[in-house]
Amino acid sequence: MHRIRWHIVVFLAPAVLVYTAVMIFPLFNTLRLALYSEIENVRVFTGLANFRTLFGDPLWSEAFWNALGNNFWFFIIHMLVQNPIGILLAAILSHPRLRFAALYRSAIFVPTILSFVIVGFAWKLILSPIWGIAPNMLDAVGLGSWFQPWLGREGSALTTLALVSVWQFVGIPMMLIYAALLSIPEEILEAGEIDGITGAAAFWKLKLPLILPSIGIISVLTFVGNFNAFDLIYAAQGALAGPDFATDILGTFMYRTFFGFQLQLGDPHMGSAIATGMFAIILIGVCLYLFGIQTRMRRYEL
Amino acid sequence: MHTKLTRLLISTALVTAATGVSAQDVTLTIESWRNDDLTLWQDVIIPAFEAQNPGIKVKFTPSAPAEYNAVLNSKLDAGSAGDLITCRPFDASLALFDDGKLADLTDLGGMANFSDVAKSAWQTDDGSATFCVPMASVIHGFIYNKDAFAEVGVEVPTTEDEFFAVLDAIEADGNYTPMAMGTNDQWEAATMGYNNIGPNYWKGEEGRLALIAGEQKLTDPQWVEPYATLARWGDYLGSGFEAQTYPDSQNIFTLGRAAIYPAGSWEITGFNAQADFEMGAFKPPVKAAGDTCYISDHTDIAMGLNAASPNAEAARTFLDWMGTSEFASIYANALPGFFSLSSHEIAMEDPLAQEFVSWRGECESTIRSTYQILSRGTPNLENETWGASAAAIKGTKTPEDLGAELQAGLASWYAPQQ
Repeated sequence: MHRIRWHIVVFLAPAVLVYTAVMIFPLFNTLRLALYSEIENVRVFTGLANFRTLFGDPLWSEAFWNALGNNFWFFIIHMLVQNPIGILLAAILSHPRLRFAALYRSAIFVPTILSFVIVGFAWKLILSPIWGIAPNMLDAVGLGSWFQPWLGREGSALTTLALVSVWQFVGIPMMLIYAALLSIPEEILEAGEIDGITGAAAFWKLKLPLILPSIGIISVLTFVGNFNAFDLIYAAQGALAGPDFATDILGTFMYRTFFGFQLQLGDPHMGSAIATGMFAIILIGVCLYLFGIQTRMRRYEL
Repeated sequence: MHTKLTRLLISTALVTAATGVSAQDVTLTIESWRNDDLTLWQDVIIPAFEAQNPGIKVKFTPSAPAEYNAVLNSKLDAGSAGDLITCRPFDASLALFDDGKLADLTDLGGMANFSDVAKSAWQTDDGSATFCVPMASVIHGFIYNKDAFAEVGVEVPTTEDEFFAVLDAIEADGNYTPMAMGTNDQWEAATMGYNNIGPNYWKGEEGRLALIAGEQKLTDPQWVEPYATLARWGDYLGSGFEAQTYPDSQNIFTLGRAAIYPAGSWEITGFNAQADFEMGAFKPPVKAAGDTCYISDHTDIAMGLNAASPNAEAARTFLDWMGTSEFASIYANALPGFFSLSSHEIAMEDPLAQEFVSWRGECESTIRSTYQILSRGTPNLENETWGASAAAIKGTKTPEDLGAELQAGLASWYAPQQ
């Protein structure tokens, strides 16, 4: 019979207990709550009724698909703009002859540590058609007529907010890729140079394949972050995610349903059903990546 | 985290020790969304009450208006809410009462000072129980810049044609944005737009009650036409109004950049402090001269008792005091624009507030059409009306489509409309 190694239990306990209390228990409780409904002030088990309402009742399902569609658009903008720019910035920063690299690196990373509320409020002011500096700056370069009240138009509000979010978080892919680029051994690059691969070709043919795993991780982080997003939309547009729900994503939809808004009373059970939906979407997305892409990705021993 | 909490506890203990709160004192905490009124409560109302009621301390702890209901519900569920709860009108508070979160105040002595109409927003549907002490109503209308009107040479409009003629004249003059309102926050479009001008179309209480009874529909012309009128507002709101927020509109008007502000009377205090020009007010214009006018005189705010409060007795003393003419007078004069709902005769000094309240004598009063019963289900008619009014002003949807959408939403859960 083995002796129980108490020191292992003792050392693991704090992390396991805290993680269980603040993550695992709430997660499963939310999944459980989604199976209940409140009928005449009594909580009763209703099975999948909340999900039938969510996907079957056009009033709910339209709001859900709208939020999901917006969420995908939010994610696509991040994948198409944030991550390529992050990689580009990292490539420039890792150039050995760039001066003040540390300064640029910090400056680009700083917005990441700002509060969403500050970012949302500051950009709302910058883009304000009344007091904002954006109209004047465009005027100064003769493009005054290009200015639109972007945050107030259904067609442009979500894209604008996605770009604000890109501005805030572009530092994260930049830092991760930068670290990956620095870890590429000099010998490989030198060997490439001897074979005549220099400059841009060295980036495309040598560095990029070597940092692909990092790019994969960043994509997953972006996916999870975007589908859990809430703060920026709430700070900039409020819980109704205006105009006309054009910026409504799953997070704001869930918040509005769970906690209620203005005269709309909160419904924790429907809210939990939406949260469960979000969890499922993120889980499927991450699994697709882990089993579909990551296992097939070629890794190079450095 | 741990050190932060410890520090917080220590500092709280120090502050409590320093202020010398004795053990016998009861401290009542008030939950409210009126963070604008913080100084008024701290400097005027609470000292007046505490002077007469030694042993009871009162603390006013407001949260942000848009989050109030959600925050309050969570606090009540968690048992951490204050003793006194500022009540939203109708269903939000009724649901709290039905849940047993608010105490029954029907037998409170001070209740005798309020009419049935005043109490209607905080009663059960059959009127048998009252659960909040009515505080004030707000009246909708338009506040205008008197200097701007004199400069452009226009008079206060009484009919809709005159109203748009005034807007055209101000637009043509070019010095002022005709009207200060944005659609970014959406609720202004519904509250200061649709429910401001609407009662003249649906004939106030007559239409509102018919809608609740299922005799009228939101696709009827009297409910759709206000959207058509709102659609005409878009041209006069200044460039970029789509992204203009509520505070933006307030600032544009008080800085003297706009001539007319679609208002609720709650703006009076803030505007008096901010604007350095003379302001006047006019009621929503009627369609043809001589028509009966209807105004939205909305029962807006009341105070209830947290059923779980350990200080219920002291809280009832406070609520009783809220029914006195002393409280009504302090409140109405300190917050011109929040008109007392009590039957006491209150003299008000503010000319703008007097102008607003004078319409009660000339017009028929009603409350906002979406508040009673009709916002009980999902989708919520009030929230839907926000989006619809904003869409009408922006011209992204036709009035007929909006009416049809709202009707479909309401009919989906409200039996009398099915």
